Parts: sequence; C-alpha cells; structure tokens
Amino acid sequence: MNSVAFLIIALITLSGAFAAATLRKLIHAALCLVIAFVGVAAYFFLLGAEFVGLVQVFVYVGAVAVLIVFTILLTRREVNGTRGINWSGATVALAVFGGLLWTILKTKSLAIAAPQIEPLTVKRIGEALMINYVWPLQCVGLVLTAALIGAVVLVMEEKR
Amino acid sequence: MSGGFLDQIFLRAKEWLLSPLAGAPDWLIQIVSSLINISGVLGVFLTLFALISVLERKILGRMQNRYGPNRVGPFGLFQPVADGIKMLIKEDVVPARADKVVHFFAPILVAATAILTLGVIPYGRNMTPFAIDGGILFFFAVGSTTELAVFMAGWGSNNKFSMLGAMRAIAQMVSYELPLLITTLPVVMIVGSLSPDAIVAAQDGYSFGILPHWFVTTPWGAAAFILFFVSGLVESNRTPFDVPEGESEIVAGHMTEYSGFKYATFFMAEYFGMFAISGLAATLFLGGWHSPIAALNSAHSRRSNHELRLEIHASDGVHLYRRCRRLALPGARSGRLALVADSDRNRLSHAFAPP
Repeated sequence: MNSVAFLIIALITLSGAFAAATLRKLIHAALCLVIAFVGVAAYFFLLGAEFVGLVQVFVYVGAVAVLIVFTILLTRREVNGTRGINWSGATVALAVFGGLLWTILKTKSLAIAAPQIEPLTVKRIGEALMINYVWPLQCVGLVLTAALIGAVVLVMEEKR
Repeated sequence: MSGGFLDQIFLRAKEWLLSPLAGAPDWLIQIVSSLINISGVLGVFLTLFALISVLERKILGRMQNRYGPNRVGPFGLFQPVADGIKMLIKEDVVPARADKVVHFFAPILVAATAILTLGVIPYGRNMTPFAIDGGILFFFAVGSTTELAVFMAGWGSNNKFSMLGAMRAIAQMVSYELPLLITTLPVVMIVGSLSPDAIVAAQDGYSFGILPHWFVTTPWGAAAFILFFVSGLVESNRTPFDVPEGESEIVAGHMTEYSGFKYATFFMAEYFGMFAISGLAATLFLGGWHSPIAALNSAHSRRSNHELRLEIHASDGVHLYRRCRRLALPGARSGRLALVADSDRNRLSHAFAPP
C-alpha cells in the first residue's frame, strides 16, 4: 500500500514539475507547479510528518504560488510566450539527475533499515523549537522582520 | 464507543452499513468508510445549502417588507430545486479568448477547498469525518488555497472587471487571514493541541449546572470570538465585506464571466465556506457539539450524566475558580512556554486534585 501510494504521488509530482518546465503559457506552468507542491506535501504526509506537510501547503500553495502568479500577471508582456523544451536545460537536468541517482545508489547506509521513529507531533516540534533551537528561531524571526520592513520600504519609495 | 444510543446513532448506522464488509481487507474497509463519511457530509451540507439559500431570501424579503420566494413549494421551500434546474439547463458561456482550462478549473478548485475544510470539523462525539492531529492547521492551509482559485477565476476570464474583482477578493482574504489565525492561537495554546477533537473535549463540563465551559464564556474567549467572527465575515465575503461582489462597481467580480452551473458552483462554494468558518467558530469557542445546558446532555448520554452528578457534588465555585486560574495563566502551571499537551488530563481528576 505504501509503495503504491509512493508511485502515484511520484507520477503526479513529476508530471506537474515537467509540465511547469515545458508548458507554453506561463500561467499554466505556474499552476502545474502548484500540483508539484501538493505532491511534495503528500510525500510529507506519507512519511508521517503531518505538520510539515500542512505547512508546505500553507506556505507554498497559499503564499508562494500566489506570489508567482501575481508576478507573472504584473510583469508579463505577451501571454503566449514561445516556450517549449529547452534542450540545453534538459541536458543539464538529466546530468544532475544521473549524478544524484549514482550517489544515492552508491550509498552504503541504504542497506540498513530505517529506524521506526514515532510520528512527528506538533508538541515535539514546539518543544524542539523552544528548548533546543530557540536561538535560531529568534534569528529567523529577526531576518523575517527585516525582510518585511524592507518590502514596505521598497513599496513606499515608489509611491512618493 | 461511549455514549448512549441517540448520541452515537450516526456511527451505529455507519457500522450497520459497513457490516457486510466484515471479512474484506483493511484498505477496502477504510476506503468504503471514507466514502460513507464523504457522502454524509456532502448530503447534509448540500441540503443545508439549499435550505439556507431560500431562508436567506425569505428573511431578506421580510426585512424589506415583501414576501420572499413563495411559489414553488410549501412556503417556497422548493425554490432551490427550481434554481438548480434553471442553472443546469442554462447555456454555459465561455468567453472566446478566455483561458479555457483555467476558466474551467477555477470553480472546481474553489468548491473543492470549501468542501475539504468541512471535513475536519467535529460534528458530534466521535463524528469528525477526518480526524487528523493538525486539524486547525489543515483548515487554514486549505482555506489559503482558495485565494489561488479566486485568482484563477479572475485571470481565466480575460476580463478586466474579473481581474480587478479577483485582486480585491484576494487582498481582502489575505489581509484577514492574519486576525483569523491570531485569534485561533489562544485557544490552541490553552488546549495544547491543534486537533479539533481535543479542543472540543477541553470545553466539556458545566459549572452550577447551567454555565458551560465553552471558551466564549471566558474573557479572552469572548474577545477572540468577536474578532474571529468578524474575520470570518471577511473570509466569506459577507456584508459588510462583500467588496468582491460589489455589483455596482465591478459587476460580479471574479464571477462575472461564469454562467449557469459554474456560477452555482461558486455560490455553493461561498456558502460552504460560511458553513466551514461557522463550524470552526463553534468548535473553537462555542464548545463544538457540547450542549449549552447540562440538562440537555442527560437526555441522551449516560456518560456525561455521571460526570454531571459528580460536578454538582464537587464544589462548583472552587472548580470554577480553579478553571479560570488555570485558563488565565497557562505558563504559570507548566512553567515554560512550550505547547505542553494537557488535554488528556481528566476533568474529574482536575476537580479533585490539588493545584
């Protein structure tokens, strides 16, 4: 059952990503990228990390995808752009894929069965964030605040 | 399964439906059980959508000193049937230069996200269609997908009014996601869990036999409920936040170029979104499926009857004080800010144990 689900999610994610790379209309490509995001979230659910999967949907589909489509909307010049298969890009992608595949297959630790870890609950994430990783959490908060202020400043200067 | 006969009547009906499959493999029983859950939710909410739409028209009509629809059935109650048939037989007009795929999938995605959010709300004891641990987060994550669907509707219509309406709708929804989430945070922090079932279970019990332990009866809960209610109005595009539907400004906003059944799908998705947000408000602040008066519980549920007697015999004033103290100072008792789950602490042991 697990491997059937894995295969189905793999098909959906890969076809979404391939469509995002090769579709002619940019908005269609962006929306197929959303399918790839949902596929990755499905993988998180399959691996037992519910919280991460939900945050993936929240952040990627709810925010990043909306950002991408707004960017395409506000900066496009022609809707029917001439896209298609970029052969040099495809070659590079295949080379990277081959390299990663070779590395993974050569890894010896794959023979060891993965330990049965308990499902990741929000409680454990909260405890880890607040006890073990509280300093990185505060630094990330600071960086996010700086980014927000920067975005507001950028927009403000345009209006003057 | 705890509880009396009437309390669990839907679960017993579902068990009866599943009984022919007793020897089947596990995954088949899971799939059929999920299908029964889904059809139950859809059946109930489609009927409710029909009834609410006709009730709204009749009540609005009465407010405006006229009858609402009163021709089609007894008191006009079959009006949604007539509306549905009308929508079905209308011609499906798609603009010639519209993006056909995007234009087609937008209403489907809006309706799909609305129905998905209906699946994590607890409708009764043990009656949550999909009881996952991060239920509240699932609700908001799927709700944030609605913005993408609204954008698809606006962009796929190749119409400036639609695009403007979609931008306004998205801006409104994104802006008010923040208060919606922040007002949910106190409830999650107090309960210590993101699961709607745990949140409802934490609102069990009654003081003096008449005051339910709903979160809305606490000071922070009342404030959060008011803010959540207003943010819910915004998320559902209801008055006074129905800017996306401003008919005198942008025709019908992102729904301008949709006719017939696709418009009905948008309409249905809007109402389902309202049901979902109201269900979430009930789950978070109004005690979920707990009744407001203790006496109503004893009619059907033997377990809460026992609990009720023990509550009355214990010192209700002390219990109320302890509960307020516990709820007002979450950090003081546990000593740290982490989300320590204490929802599995039994109410009874809390009433009798020292603080």
